[in-house]
Amino acid sequence: MPRFFDEHQYAVVQAACARLIPTDEQPGATEAGVVDYIDGFLGAFESDPPLIWAGGPFSGRFGGSPGFATFHRLGPRDELAWRTRIEGSLGITERERLGPVVGLQERYREGIAALGQDFVDVDGQEQDRRLQEDRSFTRLLYDHACEGMYGAPEYGGNKDLVGWRNIGWDGDVQPRGYTDEEVSQP
Amino acid sequence: MSRDFDVIIVGSGPGGSTAADVLTAAGRSVVIFERGRNHLIDLDDPNQLKYEYSNDEIKFWSRHFLGPDPWLEPRTFRLREEDGERIHVGEVNNLPATVGGGGVHADGKLPRFREDDFRMLTELGPVDGATVVDWPIGYDDLEPFYAEAEKAVGVAGEAGANPFAPWRSGPYPMPPGAPMYCAVVTSAAAERLGFHPYPAPTGCNSVPYDGRPACNNCGFCAYYGCPIHAKGDPVALLRRALLSGRAELRPDAFVKRIVVQNGRAEGVEWIDVAGETHVETAEHVVLAAGAMETPRLLLLSGMQHPMIGQNLMFHFQTLTFGHLPMRLHAHKGRAVTHTHDDHIIVDDAAKAAAREAGLPWIKGGLVEHGAAAHPLLESKLYPWGPEHKEMMRESPMRDHLVGFTMQGEDLPQATNRVDLDPEIRDIHGLPVARTTYHPHRHELAASAYYGPKLEAILAEAGATWARTTSSPRLEGDTIFGGLWKMGMIPASRHIVGTTRMGTDPATSVCDEWGRLHDVPNVVICDSSPFPTGAGYGPTLTLVALAIRNARALAS
Repeated sequence: MPRFFDEHQYAVVQAACARLIPTDEQPGATEAGVVDYIDGFLGAFESDPPLIWAGGPFSGRFGGSPGFATFHRLGPRDELAWRTRIEGSLGITERERLGPVVGLQERYREGIAALGQDFVDVDGQEQDRRLQEDRSFTRLLYDHACEGMYGAPEYGGNKDLVGWRNIGWDGDVQPRGYTDEEVSQP
Repeated sequence: MSRDFDVIIVGSGPGGSTAADVLTAAGRSVVIFERGRNHLIDLDDPNQLKYEYSNDEIKFWSRHFLGPDPWLEPRTFRLREEDGERIHVGEVNNLPATVGGGGVHADGKLPRFREDDFRMLTELGPVDGATVVDWPIGYDDLEPFYAEAEKAVGVAGEAGANPFAPWRSGPYPMPPGAPMYCAVVTSAAAERLGFHPYPAPTGCNSVPYDGRPACNNCGFCAYYGCPIHAKGDPVALLRRALLSGRAELRPDAFVKRIVVQNGRAEGVEWIDVAGETHVETAEHVVLAAGAMETPRLLLLSGMQHPMIGQNLMFHFQTLTFGHLPMRLHAHKGRAVTHTHDDHIIVDDAAKAAAREAGLPWIKGGLVEHGAAAHPLLESKLYPWGPEHKEMMRESPMRDHLVGFTMQGEDLPQATNRVDLDPEIRDIHGLPVARTTYHPHRHELAASAYYGPKLEAILAEAGATWARTTSSPRLEGDTIFGGLWKMGMIPASRHIVGTTRMGTDPATSVCDEWGRLHDVPNVVICDSSPFPTGAGYGPTLTLVALAIRNARALAS
């Protein structure tokens, strides 16, 4: 169940991310579940603690216990900052100290709507054309797609570590680390 | 008046932690105020460290885990007064706002300054438009404190490996850690061209040290907190101070004003996490908030010395990159394992180049041999579409790009300064720090002279191409086009100079012991008092000064 997107929005973001980081002979954004990463971020405050900062020190993938999965609590000021960033200032005085803030949720709602009701049904070329029209939203979407592809899977993307496997990257390696030979040799 | 503590310390970074350690060892009681959160040490049982840092690009790069959050605590920037009040609001040279301060995110390169760095005016002479001066103390005064600082923080290095190093009274506490492959390649090339690379003195355990483990080369070093506490962040100093029973550390506590009466500081006003203001009193106030927040706090406190905030310096970074055909795997190991100092030496060739540029001399800085490391940062630099996958696999940016960062000496200028922004307020409703900064002609000339030398090293190493850019970026520099805008705001987190120390109250803000000339029971223990910036990172020098200043305060 998505946290923030409705079914249509979820499908549009998924289709758009499949153009940004396509599936070729290797998995792409679709297989990595990039849309779930974005949905998790936009709906971060649906969880307590919110899905902002994963825990530490280890994920458990190279030993140790899986601490990443337990997210950090936010203090009141940090919650204010992240709610403002995600939800927007919404006319709330304490969120408008530096002026009104358009939240990420609104940018997504508008960006998705601008891609068109039929976005998932048109062909790839047409999807690319529409993505090139709104460069500001596509840049935002791409930054988030990269985070969902190459960030730690505890944030909701990078399923089965496909983003890291594609490029032969080990990801977080604590507490194993690398040997001196691995560091110094070709 | 009854006082709970002898000394109030503002800031828990390397300077404040050092002061806390020295003062508690001398029997003084201290309270340390830290505006950021605590992810470093268990305050109920200081023998236990916290384990909240991790190998996580999202947390550290995308979500401000170490703070400050640029929306809660923005800064502003302009190049010159002619720009108007500001051209930017948000992040400006932010150092972490967290327990441990800048020591947490640094990869811990901890060089000493050279003898000449303390005598720039005498050795090299004045430069038009710059306020070059000698320090009121020399290297010999500071050497014992450098040695002590290296032991306290835990520095790994090799005495004698750098022919340009200043004299030292003893060996490093630890041998150097494993050299990174990319730096093995570039330092061999540099040696073939007659330069003198050496293992960078690094605050990162090569062997178990002081109850903390050896570094295991995880690669998440610069800009990350160390998940296993193998890094020479201030944790050892804080732990010792807290275990003395004479120190209290208050995170999420923002000092908004030093209360001054009749030329003496009575204490501070501070704001807790709920937004309530409190007062704390003490005999002395140690300021260790960093070279931007320290002058800001002095100005917020109504201090009048006209030089507060002036002579702001960074490092002018010359960035030379090249593409090597082999995979460099720079995600394995510390962020930087080799440096060279050749370009700090003002030789005849550098003097000739200076004359051509219409300057009396030019001086470069420490050169760091490094490479990129992590895929999330890399991925955002590539175009989207099928090319994205191809480029991520081929990895020209992350796994083949090798480079040098020269931390070039930035000359002091009175017009480069920190003051209070007239309009922009932080989350506490207080004016934020505004930076007015433009490099001197000297930095541009030095960068133009040394850039080609760095490119030649990369060519010798087998680079298929090499290019040079800088931070701050120069007007008209189009390298990497829109792909990599380094920006006009210096990327350097080496910030110094905003409360110059000296003997004359007319030409300096504090004395050689960090004491404000106007309010002598306020002692500065960070990089603000540096009269000149040198071509080396400031941390070890500010720790050495903090030991010296805190010991003088205690006696």
